[in-house]
Amino acid sequence: MKFQIEDVTVYFPYDHIYPEQYSYMIELKRALDAKGHCLLEMPTGTGKTIALLSLITSYSLSKPQSPIKLIYCTRTVHEMEKTLAELKLLHNYQIKHLGPQARILAIGLSSRKNLCVNPTVLAAENRDSVDAGCRKLTASWVRAMAAENPNVPTCQFFENYEKAASAAVLPPGVYTLQDLRAFGKEKGWCPYFLARHMVQFANVVVYSYQYLLDPKVAGIISKEMQKESVVVFDEAHNIDNVCIEALSVSVRRQTLEGATRNLNRISQEIDSRKNLFHKLGPKPTYAVGLFHGRFKATDASRLRSEYNRLVEGLALRGNLPITDTWLSNPALPDDILKEAVPGNIRRAEHFLHVLRRLVQYLRGRLETDNVEKESPVGFVASISSHAGIDQKTLKFCYDRLHSLMLTLEITDTDEFLHIQTICDFATLIGTYARGFSIIIEPFDERMPHIPDPVLQLSCHDASLAIKPVFDRFQSVVITSGTLSPIDLYPRLLNFHPVVSRSFTMSLTRDCICPMVLTRGSDQLPVSTKFDMRSDPGVVRNYGKLLLEMVSVVPDGIVCFFVSYSYMDGIINTWNDSGILKEIMQHKLVFIETQDVVETTLALDNYRRACDCGRGAVFFSVARGKVAEGIDFDRHYGRLVIMFGVPFQYTLSKILLARLEYLRDTFQIKEGDFLTFDALRQAAQCVGRVIRSKADYGMMIFADKRYSRHDKRSKLPSWILSHLRDANLNLSTDMALHIAREFLRKMAQPYDKTGGSDRKTLLSQEDLEKMGDGSVHEMLY
Amino acid sequence: MASGHVTKRAKYKTTIKDPGTPGTLRMTLEKILFVPHNPKSAGKLDVEFRFIKGQKHTKEGSSKPPWLNLTNNQNGSFIFEFENYSDLQDCRDFVGKVLAKSGEVSEKPTVTYPDEQLSAAEMELRIKLLREDSELQKLHKQFVLSGVLTEAEFWATRKKLLDREANKKTKQRLGFKSAMISDIKPSTDGRTNKVTFNLTPEIILQIFAEKPAVHRAFLTYVPNKMSERDFWTKYFRAEYLHSTKNSVAAAAEAAEDEELAVFLKQDDILASESRSKIRRVDPTLDMDADEGDDYTHLPDHGIFRDGSKEVTESENELYRRTLSQDINRHAAVVLEGRAVDVELEDTRSVAEALARSKQESSTKGESYGDTSRERLDRVSRMTEIEDLQAPNNLPLAPLCIKDPRDYFDSQQVNALRTSGDELAGTEQIKCSLSSQEVYGSLRESISVIKAMGLKDPIVKPEVAHQVFDALTQSISTTKYNIGKNPQESVLDRLPKKIKEELLHHWTSILELLRHFWASYPITTSYLYTKVNAALVLTLLSYQKLEAGKQTEGCHVTYLSTARVVLSNYPQVPFISSLLFYLLGSSDAKASYVWMEIKGSVPSDLRHQVSLLIRPMHQALDAAIQHYEADMQKRSARSGERPNGYA
Repeated sequence: MKFQIEDVTVYFPYDHIYPEQYSYMIELKRALDAKGHCLLEMPTGTGKTIALLSLITSYSLSKPQSPIKLIYCTRTVHEMEKTLAELKLLHNYQIKHLGPQARILAIGLSSRKNLCVNPTVLAAENRDSVDAGCRKLTASWVRAMAAENPNVPTCQFFENYEKAASAAVLPPGVYTLQDLRAFGKEKGWCPYFLARHMVQFANVVVYSYQYLLDPKVAGIISKEMQKESVVVFDEAHNIDNVCIEALSVSVRRQTLEGATRNLNRISQEIDSRKNLFHKLGPKPTYAVGLFHGRFKATDASRLRSEYNRLVEGLALRGNLPITDTWLSNPALPDDILKEAVPGNIRRAEHFLHVLRRLVQYLRGRLETDNVEKESPVGFVASISSHAGIDQKTLKFCYDRLHSLMLTLEITDTDEFLHIQTICDFATLIGTYARGFSIIIEPFDERMPHIPDPVLQLSCHDASLAIKPVFDRFQSVVITSGTLSPIDLYPRLLNFHPVVSRSFTMSLTRDCICPMVLTRGSDQLPVSTKFDMRSDPGVVRNYGKLLLEMVSVVPDGIVCFFVSYSYMDGIINTWNDSGILKEIMQHKLVFIETQDVVETTLALDNYRRACDCGRGAVFFSVARGKVAEGIDFDRHYGRLVIMFGVPFQYTLSKILLARLEYLRDTFQIKEGDFLTFDALRQAAQCVGRVIRSKADYGMMIFADKRYSRHDKRSKLPSWILSHLRDANLNLSTDMALHIAREFLRKMAQPYDKTGGSDRKTLLSQEDLEKMGDGSVHEMLY
Repeated sequence: MASGHVTKRAKYKTTIKDPGTPGTLRMTLEKILFVPHNPKSAGKLDVEFRFIKGQKHTKEGSSKPPWLNLTNNQNGSFIFEFENYSDLQDCRDFVGKVLAKSGEVSEKPTVTYPDEQLSAAEMELRIKLLREDSELQKLHKQFVLSGVLTEAEFWATRKKLLDREANKKTKQRLGFKSAMISDIKPSTDGRTNKVTFNLTPEIILQIFAEKPAVHRAFLTYVPNKMSERDFWTKYFRAEYLHSTKNSVAAAAEAAEDEELAVFLKQDDILASESRSKIRRVDPTLDMDADEGDDYTHLPDHGIFRDGSKEVTESENELYRRTLSQDINRHAAVVLEGRAVDVELEDTRSVAEALARSKQESSTKGESYGDTSRERLDRVSRMTEIEDLQAPNNLPLAPLCIKDPRDYFDSQQVNALRTSGDELAGTEQIKCSLSSQEVYGSLRESISVIKAMGLKDPIVKPEVAHQVFDALTQSISTTKYNIGKNPQESVLDRLPKKIKEELLHHWTSILELLRHFWASYPITTSYLYTKVNAALVLTLLSYQKLEAGKQTEGCHVTYLSTARVVLSNYPQVPFISSLLFYLLGSSDAKASYVWMEIKGSVPSDLRHQVSLLIRPMHQALDAAIQHYEADMQKRSARSGERPNGYA
């Protein structure tokens, strides 16, 4: 359908539209007009993504003189694929109605691991080795060598891409990662570098959060994005955590050991060249063909030229070939000094000495019996006094290392991750004086018998990492199904939205049924409170609840537990007591584990079990990877049970430090933040069951604490509005009764457009009929 | 052969498994004589032919050696193994000839159905089929045991049932049990610390399917390296170690015993399998790809210990296996279903069958090739918002009607509901069409196709549906009592006994008619005999019964016909016995039954019943007419060639 929002003609690929989507678009358009940031909360299952995409692309089409670019950030690769699939649908629709002028280029961007088509590189196990494998074939010096020696292997796809030069472009269209790979294979071009190249020309770029938020990645990928861009963070309820993680580093014993190995290897490399360096004398030389051969000679001269460059104040060579780039500086771009590298680390061997002293110092700090907490300022001062490394030197560590690695022409970067971590750490503590703290823990609190010292630099201020994004781009849209309380996010992220709205959901029928279960079948309270969680009665009551539900609810059921260890414990208990066996008689059981591959396969099997009608239960963990990004809509999830309240581990030193920071800086109370955080996770978990208004699902919050007002009220309004008072304090048998009733009701046919008084589905005529004002009357 | 005796080298076996005594077999018209080469061995044989009742032999090209099996009248048998099939051939023909002569079974033994010689397996299959299907058993009893049809004839029309492969496909396959194998609880004798596990092939198959490493270990170790018993003892020892969750102890034991280590270690086959599976996974849940895109969580980046991540002991990781992994694996195997479809006998065969099916599926998987298309479809299905657009066409599943009776009965409602009021209209339209008009419309539609090509769909769905409904109704209308609930047809309202009788007669008549028509054109004297003697008489008797012309005169007429036929073939004793059976007992009994049916049918249903009977009647009439016409032709010809084929 096609309709008008003020001066913009919006192309929407479906025949109908939800009223929420319509008003969502109106608000979004206001924010775009005002060139400001906005914060929009809309329940899951109301088609946020397609509403966003169709408004922004239509907006850009209607203003051809100043087209805006859309940078769409998703949390996960599979969300990226889904978004691109929706965009494809929309794009086809727009082309059908507008013709070729609607053509846009939209691409998804991911790492080499997900885009590479070279089978030899792809054979590597993990992401870092794929990156290194690629570099071994495509680094500029490798290619230079290959030009002389045909036995040096290169990547055919990259060579073809280089050969095609400016002809290597993607024709307009929407490219998922799969499409990119297919295109690359067909043309023989490297899809990864092609996509990297096309990012600056694309109208829509879809990639992961960190490509914008994490300075290490953003520095190489998102450098050249224009200001006239709209940045969308979808499913952004956890954005503060992403920001914090992007600036946090931890150092463990293994890191230090690895770093020492790395340093030894670097010094070997340098030594083998230094000899030559002295022989050749101080002046630049053209001597070729000594006993070390030409290659070594250039090595020596390279070391010297690096020195000269560092004197001139360039930490890095200006324009690196695209293949040589490494992860960039972990500090934010505005905080990186554009000045000469300090004299004491210009010489490679001097720099190595500094690093050795730093590693030595850190090793000493790890040997502690008590938990220590320090501010970066104090830590830097102590490094300066004990190891003799000043703050400015620390700050340049990362760039200096990067430069050295390039000079030494090291390609197996995956081997050097440890020293890189150390340099990241050094650069961050050298750069930031506030918003961080350093915490040294000799062991994990939960396993005090296992010594595992760790030194963590943790960022507390989420606004640091996202600040450059707010500054650089004209509009940033933060949206999710759960942003309640909506006034908290601007404080956490320190920005001023021009539009901040929370939408409710207009339902045709009561297709969601949230319940709070406080008592088990024996009428005793259930909870995962610390003193109750291991009570066998509670575990049994939880098991009974699930057992009753699997016999009543068709297709898929999803269970969320508060942590992996709790889930493991409860599953083992259920297995021993035979409850699990009884559950298996009704449905197959799949479990999320910490192994991503296994979890993915379990999910795939879960979906197939639901598809074929066998029915299945999926056990998952709140805050886990599944809860974060997998949808359990339609028959994939007719019921979600949230066992307990997913509070963070409150004894964590890092969490305590962060809470303290939040209280001092933003005046946010600890308890409020913890409840807010737990409830947004819970809401996120249960919100995965609904995709559209035709869908239906039940949500059971199984913990007595949910019945308390202060907890419950933190749930998003679209859940609260369906939580009836009668469902606030249920026991297992009552919940079972309600579930039966609900499922029977949902099985009846119904009128999709809603009653005559309150429309929940609008057609084009409906939209045309009502003027601008009447929509609002109808909606609110 | 003409000489009246045959001499061949052969081995005499008392049972099939017996290796056999080598010697010389000599057969004369009177007796069978076997003399072993070794005069001391006990295998000497001297049997008169009149004790021999029949013969069986193995077929050429089958895996079995050339065996001839002669059965005597005390149900004993003599098995001879020949050196080659031509020897067997000679002896078989000879025996056939002698038997024919002595028993006067038929003039030409070679025209008996060729598969008189049944292997044990085939026999078993037939018995099984009969046992499973009571209706079939009844028919078999009525016709074969009474001698109307030979065994071979009876089964010839049911080749499909005998086809083992086809048989298998239709049968629903059993999946794995949903209970976990870890639920196998040992039994203890209560006094010692010894525990006993009972392993059935079922359980073993499940263990092998869920743990490919155990499967591989079995194939390599048993029986060369250890006995099966030792193997399972080791396996359960390893399981016990797992259940104690003591990975240190497990590591220690594994270090000592390398075979035990196989069970304790992580399953490497599973790992490689999952690596290949992950490439085909639905992209909307591919979390592995996320991992590959996550630069924030480089080793030691991000927040390491904030309570959200769990700590695990990294030592002895190799020997750690969690319950969750087991459960996931189990559910995956159950979901995959059972590929092995053999009778489970012993562990070895289970292991091998599983290995075979795995190989098949892996080659299939490779040839399956690019799954990207399917993956894309799944993504787009996952992204569409269903209620914002017109409903999609649902994916079609091919219609498979298991029980036509049930199906048409249930379809009846639809047909009636949708076309109930329209039907009258459509019928009128049909009636008013002249052939001219039909031709015209046909031409028109052809020209449309010529001009526009075939459309998709070729027929409009509404039209197709209407036609389908009309057909359904006409098919099931005989059984349907209008306006009543679909489950209840006229038949259901009849008393149960009568209903069964009626249905049974129906099937019997159908069976006979099938054989009757299958015999035309009559090319051999055998068929001629068959049609004449068995079928026609039976048909006649039925026809007479059903027509309800129970007059004594008619009866006598048919009886006399029968006698005429009988007098034509005095040399065929089995026919005569059959005829007497039919005329004497069966006939009278059948007519009695029939009368009973008629009498006991409620008066309001009589009309319906006679409607039901009418098609049977018509079918019989057609058969009789054909028979009579054929007979006339034949008799006209037999004037020139007396005695026809006989």
